[in-house]
Amino acid sequence: MASPDDLTGENAPLYAARKGVYPKRVDGPFRRFKWAIMGITLAIYYGTPWIRWDRGLYAPDQAVLVDLANRRFYMFQIEIWPHEFYYVAGLLIMAGIGLFLVTSAVGRAWCGYACPQTVWTDLFQHVDRLVDGDRNAQIRLANGPWTFEKISKRAIKYLIYLTIAFWTGGAWIMYFADAPTLTVEFWTGQAAPIAYATVAVLTATTFILGGFMREQVCIYMCPWPRIQTAMMDEKSLLVTYKDWRGEPRGSVKKAEAHPGAFGDCIDCNQCVAVCPTGIDIREGPQIGCITCALCIDACDGVMKQVGRPRGLIDYCTLDDAATEKAGGVGKPVMKTLLRPRTLIYFGIWSAIGAAMLFSLGQRTRLDLAVQHERSPLYVQLSDGHIRNNYTLKLRNMETRPRRVAVTVDGLKGAALWTEAGSRETAGQRVEIMLSPDSVTRLKLFIAAPGDGPARQDFTIATRGLDGDPRGDSDIIQFDRPEAGQ
Amino acid sequence: MVDRKRIDEATGTSTVGHEWDGIEELDTPMPRWWLWTFYASIVWAAGYVVLYPAWPMLNSATQGVLGWSSRSDLEREMQAHAERRAPITNAIAATPLTDLPAKPELMQAAVQGGAAAFRVHCVQCHGAGGAGVKKLYPSLTDDDWLWGGDLASIEYTIAHGIRNPDHKATRVSQMPAFGRDGILDAAQIADVVSHVRVISGQEKPSAAAARGEALFQANCAVCHGATGAGDRTVGAPKLTDAVWLYGGDRDSLTATIVQPRNGVMPRWGHRLDPVTVKMLATYVYSLGGGEKVSAPTLAPISEGQGADGQP
Ligand code: SF4
Ligand code: SF4
Repeated sequence: MASPDDLTGENAPLYAARKGVYPKRVDGPFRRFKWAIMGITLAIYYGTPWIRWDRGLYAPDQAVLVDLANRRFYMFQIEIWPHEFYYVAGLLIMAGIGLFLVTSAVGRAWCGYACPQTVWTDLFQHVDRLVDGDRNAQIRLANGPWTFEKISKRAIKYLIYLTIAFWTGGAWIMYFADAPTLTVEFWTGQAAPIAYATVAVLTATTFILGGFMREQVCIYMCPWPRIQTAMMDEKSLLVTYKDWRGEPRGSVKKAEAHPGAFGDCIDCNQCVAVCPTGIDIREGPQIGCITCALCIDACDGVMKQVGRPRGLIDYCTLDDAATEKAGGVGKPVMKTLLRPRTLIYFGIWSAIGAAMLFSLGQRTRLDLAVQHERSPLYVQLSDGHIRNNYTLKLRNMETRPRRVAVTVDGLKGAALWTEAGSRETAGQRVEIMLSPDSVTRLKLFIAAPGDGPARQDFTIATRGLDGDPRGDSDIIQFDRPEAGQ
Repeated sequence: MVDRKRIDEATGTSTVGHEWDGIEELDTPMPRWWLWTFYASIVWAAGYVVLYPAWPMLNSATQGVLGWSSRSDLEREMQAHAERRAPITNAIAATPLTDLPAKPELMQAAVQGGAAAFRVHCVQCHGAGGAGVKKLYPSLTDDDWLWGGDLASIEYTIAHGIRNPDHKATRVSQMPAFGRDGILDAAQIADVVSHVRVISGQEKPSAAAARGEALFQANCAVCHGATGAGDRTVGAPKLTDAVWLYGGDRDSLTATIVQPRNGVMPRWGHRLDPVTVKMLATYVYSLGGGEKVSAPTLAPISEGQGADGQP
């Protein structure tokens, strides 16, 4: 970094090497909260594909499954078809608004606690401490010569990294196929090449991003910190070093020698030592801070030791910081959380969720899409009737075979039949057996008397014949030759 | 610009010297790993250029040492598809044509294969979807057939064609040119037209039609039948229905009787393999007019016998 005297910055380096980060072990309420979240998120990630869910004979029994080959998405009792992708879009919108909500209320909480990059980095940093020892030992080892001890420690550490990375990639593919089957196939070399490729790529990315890139991902690669900065306002909670209370810094000894001359910060550097991104929060809010709150735990521990009140570093809004600086008292946390902005976000978020749940409950699982064949638009039949051809797409989205009827409404004298039938057997409706969880494509022939309008709207409808009469209908045209043709 | 550069107080980093409405840009050094990623991309690109087609030359691009091309990729894929289809194609070949409708899955595959072949060989005349062309080529989608609409008849027509002069087994018949050759005079033809329009329900009975009926029985009934019901063994269309290939109005009927078209269809038996012909037959059959009952088997018609079709 250029010295402050260098006012041109001409000599600033073009490229900066990564500074090593060796976060110190720390304990405290936020650290324990982080442990809990890490446990929950990892358990969800590794465990979800193994949850079973009985859907009967005709559908997979995996609770959460993205079945790309058959183009189905299963999530517990919900099954989503490709044409219902708007539910997935809705979920993504909810996720987006959810992040807005969280950010406006508690700042970068996503970054600090739940982001996979944070969770895996945290996991890998625990591995570092397990193999190499705490911060100081790690620094010594990193700067020391390549002794046998260093080589073996590095080898063990990277092996553990690799194992975690491999399990991470391995768990990912379980979401896309029946997990127990795929596991067996994977280890017996029978899985699809794409499965091995996916595991290889994810192993590599986890190993590199979690083992080596770490905070560099947050600082240089991730767009989210930039977006979050725009989402936050002066009422969002931020990890803040309360400089008005801490400055000027001085050791306990100096403070004893000159009572009243120093602030509460004893300049012990513990907050820097524990920071997983290696920054000094006392320089003020900055992009490198993921608000993991570990420095709060560290400082609270120090304050307790020296017998001063906790919270020299604490969650604090910019508004409260100004108030406290002026000698006032900040608002209670509840007040900062519940304000119009967060309530509006929450309102939108839950409205979308409620609307999706409602429509999920309402959707029929028998769907009809009709296409009028264009070539030919109509067929002159021998007896003077006109026939039109239609292509029907019947989606049976239930996991049971179904018997359904196709009927027409609003077309006088219409007789319908399918490829399986013929005009001799044509009638007012056709009955069709639908395979479970599948699309049936049908050619439907409809003959009607030739005297009528050249183009006429009518309805083709389908409904269940097996107890559930709900169905679907489509308005479509019947064409006849223009008069004189 | 250089003179505007300054050190930003909060970060200790130099600015680049630009300023927009008070917003300045920090000249933060790039992370070193980014540089290495950049070098790695250059190495990758160099390797790619050597291995794959890359540099455009005058006529084509450099080939690359792997010899990869999208064309050979396509060939491989087509080959794979043919191999994948082989079992179905063989099953269709092994199943008698008339048994196909009883095997819905095989039938569906045959219809799809036929549709593909139809798009290549047949649409030029019969149009996409088999709708035909008015006054030129018959519709294959209706329930009125000249030579028969059951599977076997359709297959025979496709394989041997209609009025192929160089082929013995072809379907053949010839309607005389009653007007051009002076067999009937204009008034007689007008009477026959009246009769035909009466039996097809387009006109009310009249004296002219009654005169025409006698002429019809003498000249036309041999092929078209006494009632005008037509005869598929000689491709004589039904004259009592609503389907008219060359038009059912007075002018069109007159033109047909004066100078008939005697349409020709090429035969495909020697150009397409038997499975393709079979699949084409199922496709045409599936267009909506396919007839379940098979027509009485025909004695092979030899050339010249078409004269039987004379009145
Ligand atoms: S400064 Fe504190 S809250 Fe921010 S990343 Fe570092 S330890 Fe976490
Ligand atoms: S941990 Fe607290 S007391 Fe120690 S240097 Fe950081 S802010 Fe100051």
